[in-house]
Amino acid sequence: MTATDTMAGAPAPATATAPLLEVRDLHVEFHTRDGVARAVNGVNYSVNAGETLAVLGESGSGKSVTAQAIMGILDMPPGRIPQGEILFQGQDMLKMSAEARRKIRGRKIAMIFQDALSSLNPVLSVGYQLGEMFRVHQGLSRKAAKARSIELMDRVRIPGARARVNDYPHQFSGGMRQRIMIAMALALEPDLIIADEPTTALDVTVQAQVMDLLAELQRESTMGLILITHDLGVVADVADKIAVMYAGRIVENAPVHEIYRQPAHPYTKGLLQSIPRVDRKGQELYAIKGLPPNLLHVPAGCAFNPRCPMAQDVCRTDVPPLHTVGAGRGSACHFWKETLGD
Amino acid sequence: MGRYVIRRLLQMIPVFIGSTFLIFFMVYALGDPVAALFGDRAPDPATAQQIRHDLYLDHSLGAQYLHYMKNIFIGDFGTAFNGESVTSLMGSAFPVTIRLTIVAIIFEIIIGIALGVVTGMRRGKPVDTGVLLLTLVVISVPTFVTGYVLQYVFGVRLKWTAPSVSPSAPFNELILPGLVLALVSLAYVTRLTRTSIAENTRADYVRTAVAKGLPRHRVIIRHLLRNSLIPVVTFIGTDIGALMGGAIVTERIFNIHGVGFQLYQGILRNNAPTVVGFVTVLVLVFLLANLLVDLLYAVLDPRIRYA
Repeated sequence: MTATDTMAGAPAPATATAPLLEVRDLHVEFHTRDGVARAVNGVNYSVNAGETLAVLGESGSGKSVTAQAIMGILDMPPGRIPQGEILFQGQDMLKMSAEARRKIRGRKIAMIFQDALSSLNPVLSVGYQLGEMFRVHQGLSRKAAKARSIELMDRVRIPGARARVNDYPHQFSGGMRQRIMIAMALALEPDLIIADEPTTALDVTVQAQVMDLLAELQRESTMGLILITHDLGVVADVADKIAVMYAGRIVENAPVHEIYRQPAHPYTKGLLQSIPRVDRKGQELYAIKGLPPNLLHVPAGCAFNPRCPMAQDVCRTDVPPLHTVGAGRGSACHFWKETLGD
Repeated sequence: MGRYVIRRLLQMIPVFIGSTFLIFFMVYALGDPVAALFGDRAPDPATAQQIRHDLYLDHSLGAQYLHYMKNIFIGDFGTAFNGESVTSLMGSAFPVTIRLTIVAIIFEIIIGIALGVVTGMRRGKPVDTGVLLLTLVVISVPTFVTGYVLQYVFGVRLKWTAPSVSPSAPFNELILPGLVLALVSLAYVTRLTRTSIAENTRADYVRTAVAKGLPRHRVIIRHLLRNSLIPVVTFIGTDIGALMGGAIVTERIFNIHGVGFQLYQGILRNNAPTVVGFVTVLVLVFLLANLLVDLLYAVLDPRIRYA
């Protein structure tokens, strides 16, 4: 097998302390007719082997765009990466050839998409789509690939895998389809899986099953997981650490339990307050006022200032840096101390 | 599936009867076939009466139609103006036209789809604009113009091919006529493929295919093209029927003795059996081509199931 040739010239295998994936000062912009939309403005995050990072944010916060930049599946043009590094196992993927990146996709980094119905090819059987991974990356025969596909479907607990391998995506339920997406991502046992809102299109009971499955599969291996979501509820049990994104920046990052206990950014606080809770039944739901910023015209200073209950003059002029708040914690708020102290 | 095919075949019966009667009626209304047989000279009344009787023309329209349909089912399509039976005319004309149609369809598939993929993936680029302009020209210029121009350039001036096709009409002589016949449809296939490809390049499953680390050619052919071809196949399928019957102009230009040529002769000489016979077969070809397209649809798109 020539699996190692893609990493030719790589430095010695990353030491235990070096992260599996590290995004450094990543910028992504889209050139549109109306101007330049700055979707990602200097994102930093890292994932270690065996670790789960949850990236949280509203739609348009840049969380999916960051993931697509990592995968190398951004539409370029109109997309552009003017600045930044994406280090995977110590190597900057943005400097690699297209062919080298293709060999990483699926094999070392895999992605699970949100809507499995539209993300699976409607005219090819699931067995074909799963088997394609083995046939293309490992040169397996059609027959061997099919056998592996059945194993995979068993592994993600699709009942009657052998009988269903030739079925088409539309013949499966939403939860089963998402399991197929997961199976496809797991196929080549990648080092990192990026799950982009894997449960958003599913109903709540199925959501829990799919999340449990993901967590369990990850526990069995040393695979890193980036879980992109806007749902704080699904994160708590699964993630090790959280990065909260707003208008293309990380506004807060922290180990998962600390953020629930004591958010250090007004935006995170707002998000936590807007989770419906049984003990507040009958009361009006909390909502962060205002709308997410237009990426063509991101507000000056802190992008959150027009919606922030704590905004002062300094917030309208100065972009807050990511202050170190504690061990492994950061908050991009001028008033993080006040927020924490509340 | 089987039941669906049977139902579709049964549905063809009224369509077949209706369309043949319409053709029969129109040809009947065209004028007096016996007078046409004599050309400019006035026929001898007794002879004319005799011919009328022989050809079953002294009966009412309805009776003539029934008589004609009855004969069709025993394989008798009547006699052409030159005394040859219509079935033997068909036997010589259809193989030629089928060959011509095959050449035309191959052009449509290969060139049309290739151009469509290239332009669809490079929307707004010079290639796209250029090809789009070209298709517009091809669509708007009538076939008899493109036909004569290409015949003159390649047949007469460059002598790459014979300007006129020999009676046996082998494939190699049909390349230029096939291209001429295909041109307009080819332009449509290009545009249809282009639109379909452009629409699907942004589809989520294409993004998934890229994220799987598949090579670009595999993403395009297996995932993008496979989905984009569904409307194109529909068009090409129905076009088979249109090409078979619509080759009148092309066959005239290149002197091909195919279906179009015989139909033209039949109309010119007011020969009802030839016209009705050929059109009847063309109606059948059209109906079967449509059924084939619908069945192919289910093969291409597993979400479509017939019961």
